[in-house]
Order: sequence, then C-alpha cells, then structure tokens
Amino acid sequence: MASVDEALKRVAKGAEAELFLQSLWLGKPILVKRRGEKKYRLSELDQSIRQYRTIHEAEIIHRAKEAGVSTPIIYLVDVPGTTIYMEYVEGKVIRKILDDLPEEKRISLFRRIGNLVGNLHMAGIVHGDLTTSNMILTKGDRIYFVDFGLAELTREVEKRGVDLHLMKHMLMSTHYRYAEECFLSFLEGYRGAMGEEATAEIIGKIDEIERRGRYVSEREILEDGDNQPK
Amino acid sequence: MDEILCLGIESTADDLGVGIATSEGMILANKRSTYIPEKGGIHPREAARHHSAQIGSVLDAALSKAGIGPKDIDVVAFSQGPGMGPCLRTGATVARAVAIYLGVPLVGVNHAVAHIEIGRLAAKAKDPLTLFVSGGNTIVTGYEAGRYRIFGETLDIPVGNCLDVFAREAGLPYPGAPDLERRALEGKRFVPLPYLVKGMDLSFSGLLTSALEKLRSGQWRLEDLCMSIQEVAFSMLGEVTERALAHTGKLELLLTGGVAANKRLQAIMRMIAEEHGAKSYVTPLEYALDNGAMIAWTGLLAYLSGVRIPVSESFIRARWRLDEVEVTWLQ
Repeated sequence: MASVDEALKRVAKGAEAELFLQSLWLGKPILVKRRGEKKYRLSELDQSIRQYRTIHEAEIIHRAKEAGVSTPIIYLVDVPGTTIYMEYVEGKVIRKILDDLPEEKRISLFRRIGNLVGNLHMAGIVHGDLTTSNMILTKGDRIYFVDFGLAELTREVEKRGVDLHLMKHMLMSTHYRYAEECFLSFLEGYRGAMGEEATAEIIGKIDEIERRGRYVSEREILEDGDNQPK
Repeated sequence: MDEILCLGIESTADDLGVGIATSEGMILANKRSTYIPEKGGIHPREAARHHSAQIGSVLDAALSKAGIGPKDIDVVAFSQGPGMGPCLRTGATVARAVAIYLGVPLVGVNHAVAHIEIGRLAAKAKDPLTLFVSGGNTIVTGYEAGRYRIFGETLDIPVGNCLDVFAREAGLPYPGAPDLERRALEGKRFVPLPYLVKGMDLSFSGLLTSALEKLRSGQWRLEDLCMSIQEVAFSMLGEVTERALAHTGKLELLLTGGVAANKRLQAIMRMIAEEHGAKSYVTPLEYALDNGAMIAWTGLLAYLSGVRIPVSESFIRARWRLDEVEVTWLQ
C-alpha cells in the first residue's frame, strides 16, 4: 500500500496505534488507524496482539452501530498490515471540552454517555477503555465512541463492572474536580438503558471490585472492626 | 536553619529497614535485615517476629553508620502502610517508643509514596511518571494537583508476586525472581500465555495460573516458560506505562520497586521513554527495594511541610492507598 501511505498525514500518536488522515477517498476524509510494531515486545507476541486487536476492533465497531451507538464507518480492514481504514469523525474530543462546559451541560452529557454505554452493554459489548479521550461530540450534537481497541464481546456482570469502574477511575484521575457529579449522571443514564435491577447489580459489582485487593480503602476495613492497632 | 535529621523505620513486609536522612537530601545510613521464609511465601507473623528480634541491631548499625547518637535525631518516621499488619505494627511500635523516649515528633509515611520520593531523590527527577513494581505493588502513578494519582494498577496480584510464586513453584532458589530472569535469557521458544490489560489496569492472576499449569504439565522447557511469563508480564506493564505517559505528557519515567532490578524490564522502559521523548531513570537497587532511607527521606519532606502524627493516633493503615495521601510538600 505504498501509494496510499504517501498521502498519509499523521494526526495523532496514541500509545497503541497511530492515526493518519488520508486526504480524500470517495470525496471524504479517511482516518487510518495503524497498530504499529512495538519494539519492546517480543515480535511473536506483538504480532498476535496487534492482529487480534485489529480484527476485533473492526467487528465491535460494527456491532456498536447495531446497538444504536454512533461509531465511525469502516471502509477496509488490512489484517496483516494491522490497519483499519475508517470514517473520520469531525468534532471535539470530550476530554478537551469538559472543563469549559457549564455544570448542567456536563451533567446532561454524562447522562447521555451513560445511556450509550448502557446500550453497548445491553448489546453484549464491553468497551474496555472508557475514557473521555475516546468520545467525540460532533457539530450535530452526536456522541461518537471511537476507540474499541480493548473492547470485548461479553455479558458478564464482572466485565461490565470493570468497565464502569474504569470510567469512575478515569474520572477521578483526569476530571477529579467534578468526578462525582459526572459519575452520578452517568449512572442515571446507564440505568435508563439497562434498567433498575441490572444497574443495581453492576453497581454492587463495582463496590466489590473496589473492595478487592489493591482497591480496599482504610475506612471500610476499620468499620469491619478488623485491623485494630495494637 | 540547622540541618534536620530524620530516622525512618520500614517494616511493611519481609524487609526491616532503618535509614537516616538529612534535610539536605543526604542519606547517612540505610540498613536492612530481611526475613527469609523457611518454605513458601512470607508468613506475616513470622516476619514480624524476625523484625522485633532484629530491630535493635539494625537500629544500632544505622546509627553507627551515620556516625550519630540517638540524641542527634530530630524526627522519627515509620511506614504506616500499606503492608502486612503484624509487620507494620512492629515497626510502628518501635517508632513510637523511640519518638517518645527522645521527645521528638513522629511522622507516618505511606510506603508507596516513599518509593516514589526516594526514586525522585536518587534520580534527581522533578515530575516523573513512576512505575512502582514489587512483590506487593504494581502501580503506574504521577503527581497531579496535590496527590500521586494512580493511572493504572493491578486488579489482583502484584507482578512481583506473580514472578515470585512461579519461581518458587518451579523450584528456583530463593529469592526466585533473579534466577527466573537468568533462566529467561536462555528461553528460545515463546509460549503463549494470557495477556490481560483492562483499560489502564492489569491482571496477573490468570497469567500465573496458566504458567503454573504449563509448568506442571511438564511439556514445556522451564527456560521457555521463564522467558514467556516475563515477556507477557512486562509487555503488559509496558503497554499501561506507555499509555499513561502518552496521556499525561510527562517527560520523565521512573522505574522503582524490587522488580526494577530486572534488566529486561529496564530495557523495555528505556525504549518506551525514548519513543515518547522522555528521560528514563532506574532507581538504584539499594533504594528500589524496601528500605528505611525512603521512609526517613519522605518523613522529612512531610515533616518540613508541617505533617506530624500524635502517638495516640498513629494507627497502622494496612490498606492505605497511595492516592489518599495529600502530598503537602509538592503543593
């Protein structure tokens, strides 16, 4: 694909993949997502991780659409080249605009995000990397989910719980000033899609995950009466 | 202002350490005594018993190494958590006694924060993204707005624990991880093992289980398994660290904790830092392993920024999370 490559302009370099903007294809700008070689990984391991993620991502991006969640249109999947050619979604990355939004806007945005994540979960898709860097708000006020590189097809409550836990965790590390209000509205939207019962079960799961191993906080232990000082 | 001396006691797990640091950033002493289990892993009560038997001589050794007497100490710091309860209590008890006896203030230090701070001091790094990997911890962290935020961590067992248990089950001599590293160099064939990265977090328990199953099946060369478990575990660490580096845009990458001694992991981190235009640092082994100097130095930083803890409130905090600590000295 040498001739195609020449027209490429790199627009972003993530940790996992590089994104290139190809000027025009059938009159539209094309986003090229290439999982480049990781020199620090053993090549055998590296190749299998990259190929698996390329195929998987393309498949899940398609399934998300069936669940009513906006994702880029896929034009071509080049498996040996570990590259996906897809629609370039024009809009703003939510992570970048969040600080400038008024509170009520932020809350309604997170309610919608929660609802969309609920739709994904209902369809058996767990995103695996729910961060505001992976969500784009278009001019037409649509929320696009763009990175399904770590997504999984599963209906396990555990996996869904981890998904929401990661969302909460991301909010606390990146948007700590208003993490709580955002997560509460997120859950409200999520409940709208998943229903009261399933949501309660998953929230219980988040608590369980946070109580596990590294996530236990001091307070909970002291309340349990354990760990009393000598 | 005169130089201030802080005595630090570390006792979160199998290592008992006593260090002495000065407010000029000098480490005057860093002495350690390690509990070695007769078989199996660390038994918290046995480790605590070792610590209480050894604390006198380790304290003496640290003071004589520093060339000071007890009366020269201005502050006493101890590792308050996270760690094994019985071990923490032993160190805390000694720290309280020394502080009361000398009539000096007491400071409780978070063990993970101490690893970062001593690494920063040794590397002269300003604002690094830190990968802290040991038998008890697996954390990718960086400073942001008053705290060390956790960008990624293990959802189950720490990476050092995964490697240690595998080495032990494979019958490698104690301590297992260095021997595992040597054997990995002779690995030729990669054995596929579960690679589990969930967002920014990691899971090593499945990797360990699968590697142990393959070990017991007797169908694989031990060297190949050693290489593969290391490659998979470190690639996972690499992936999460790389993402955190890209996400935060930090320009320094600091590797610390016992697993930082692994040359293969060091090489991986160097490559990642280079790729993202960051400088990479490896904490020298003396300060990368659990040690008293890191507690002394961090205790001093906290003390100078106004932190004290009354003896009556100096409970140990066995599950004290890194991101709960207010990093008052960087604000």
